[in-house]
Amino acid sequence: MRESSSPLAGLRRRVARIAASGGSPGARADGWLASGHAGFDAALGGGLAVGRVHEIFADSLDAASAAAFAALLALRGGGTAPLLWLRTADAARQGGHLYAPGIAELGGDPDRLLLVETGDTRALLAAANDALRCPGSTAVVVESRGRLPALDLTAGRRLALGARDAGTVLLLLRLGAEPVPSIAETRWRIAAAPSRELEANAPGAPAFDLELLRWRAGPAGARWRLEWNRDDQAFRDAALSGAVLPLAPRRALESRGVEAA
Amino acid sequence: MALADARAQVLGLRVVPHDPALDRDWLDRLAQGCARYTPLVALDPPDGLILDIAGAAHLFGGEAALAADVEARLERTGMTVRSALGPTADAARALARYPAPPAPDEAAAIRRLPVAALELDAEATRALARAGLRTIGDLASRPMASLAARFGAEAAEALRRLLGDAPSPLAPRLTPPPVAAERRFAEPVASTPHAMGVLAELAGEAIETLAGRGKGGRDFRATFFRSDGLARTIAVETGAPTRDAALVMRLFAERIDALRDPIDPGFGFDMMRLAVPRIEALGASQLRLEGGAARAPAMDELADRLATRLGRGRVRKYRPADTHIPEQAQLELPAIDAPPPQAWPAPAPGEPPLRPFWLFDPPQPIEVIAEVPDGPPHRFRWRRATHAIRRYEGPERIAAEWWRRRDNRGLTRDYYRVEDDRGRRYWLFRHGLYDEKPDPRWYIHGLFA
Repeated sequence: MRESSSPLAGLRRRVARIAASGGSPGARADGWLASGHAGFDAALGGGLAVGRVHEIFADSLDAASAAAFAALLALRGGGTAPLLWLRTADAARQGGHLYAPGIAELGGDPDRLLLVETGDTRALLAAANDALRCPGSTAVVVESRGRLPALDLTAGRRLALGARDAGTVLLLLRLGAEPVPSIAETRWRIAAAPSRELEANAPGAPAFDLELLRWRAGPAGARWRLEWNRDDQAFRDAALSGAVLPLAPRRALESRGVEAA
Repeated sequence: MALADARAQVLGLRVVPHDPALDRDWLDRLAQGCARYTPLVALDPPDGLILDIAGAAHLFGGEAALAADVEARLERTGMTVRSALGPTADAARALARYPAPPAPDEAAAIRRLPVAALELDAEATRALARAGLRTIGDLASRPMASLAARFGAEAAEALRRLLGDAPSPLAPRLTPPPVAAERRFAEPVASTPHAMGVLAELAGEAIETLAGRGKGGRDFRATFFRSDGLARTIAVETGAPTRDAALVMRLFAERIDALRDPIDPGFGFDMMRLAVPRIEALGASQLRLEGGAARAPAMDELADRLATRLGRGRVRKYRPADTHIPEQAQLELPAIDAPPPQAWPAPAPGEPPLRPFWLFDPPQPIEVIAEVPDGPPHRFRWRRATHAIRRYEGPERIAAEWWRRRDNRGLTRDYYRVEDDRGRRYWLFRHGLYDEKPDPRWYIHGLFA
């Protein structure tokens, strides 16, 4: 009897330990990918949590905006930690090549970028697993187009555990895809927003429409319209005439009984 | 003989089209297998191998025993082998390729070779035969000058090479690596895990040698010699010189996992070799005073591992290139041997980004409504959708690099940064001015953030 119960007790202890370390959604993160916009960061408790998986959905025409938002969040504020960008080999044909001079124009350092191309989505997820388990990167961006059947709940859980154990962060770009159940910490929809007009009707600094579709640690539904300020290396409110959505984040959070910061 | 005749004579004849590339590949594999005898193996296409066995023959019990071993091994792969030993590469080759009557020694055997062994063109060979010169010996007894006068300097040169008067250099298929370790087995090893264990020992030996010289390896090649004469080489590379045997073994495991066809031991491996063809100086690594390693070895290792699994060109870094042509302004280089970082052009403060985040290469053609000749675009059609342009800036005129072109011309591009009514920003250009080209086309070249 003792022989059979002691492995059982050991298993119970292990389950308890696993549950204590990562099972609860409120477990502390090691840090945040902050945007530099006070309201945005405060509403999320600091930014996008490191050690977690974040999903970013975008329409295929808004793909460049979503990808640039992920890159800016990761490369913001200097440092030398590399940004790992994983995509399939046909992504360049469909969406275009990552353009390093453009990243430099946005204020990021292209030397930090390490591009990994894989043959198919299965290899993409395998490479993402390896990349996540390697500490020292500022973020791992996985760019995918359309449905991603290889990413089921098991594969997603594996990615989340890898990110948690190594203290890395995965930004999963789902371009032209619809949300499906996943274990992501946050889920975003990002679209391009009209920029502020410069003189002679020229397009201004990049602006983004962000919508928080889901957040494991808090209420979802908040919206922001942010503009990237390269010289300050920070996002700021897109100052628009008529202010389309200035109060939306607060209203959305208040409606769920949470005081917006 | 025509194919139809051959089919009539032999029932069930299998016909395979001739594939010279595949033949060449097979010859290359045989050459790799012959690396067990000597590192100096040269290909003699389409169907010959030349082995320089100087200083290696005694390891196999003499020249004749070595030749017998080569023949036995190659015959096991189904080849018909004719071998010959000679004082020079050309002489050995001629002796193997052209039948000569038996002779007491090598020099006499060469003199008894037919003149065809010189491999002159057909006309010259026929002329030699008509002149009554049938063997190399006949030719060698004539003055060299008259041969050169009649058949050209190449004929004289070929004769001198055959007789050993002129050097006949070999172009070896592989150059001997600076560091190598090898193991021969008394009994062939048939299990791959055991072979990997031996490989780990070889890696340890090679790395000990490297450490003694203060070097690190960048390129490791394991060759598995099968007892039937074939060999398989598996190579891994690292981005920085390394002396970490465990890392090298992890890369080998990664490479072998990624192989489409696994290593087939066949009847077993009877020899293994680990060569390190590329070595670089590597001092003892130093830790930083405040703790932690000076570099991020985990990242380097990750890049090496992914490059080993996916292919070296699939893990890339970006480097600037000094040109105005947008699609040529960045180089995507394999991370394993990317040059040191250079400064990127710094953007002007206060300006919005002037270059896109994503670039289409090649640019994609679009239909545009624009003012002629130099006006901005008003709306454009791309991927079956129409976009109305609300804001624009341009043109930014980028001239072709006429100084690099043979015709010293090229079309000028007028780039416009535009934003459509939904806030999406695009980079469009008109390829050519109206005075350069009658109806210049428009393209979309990139997407802004």
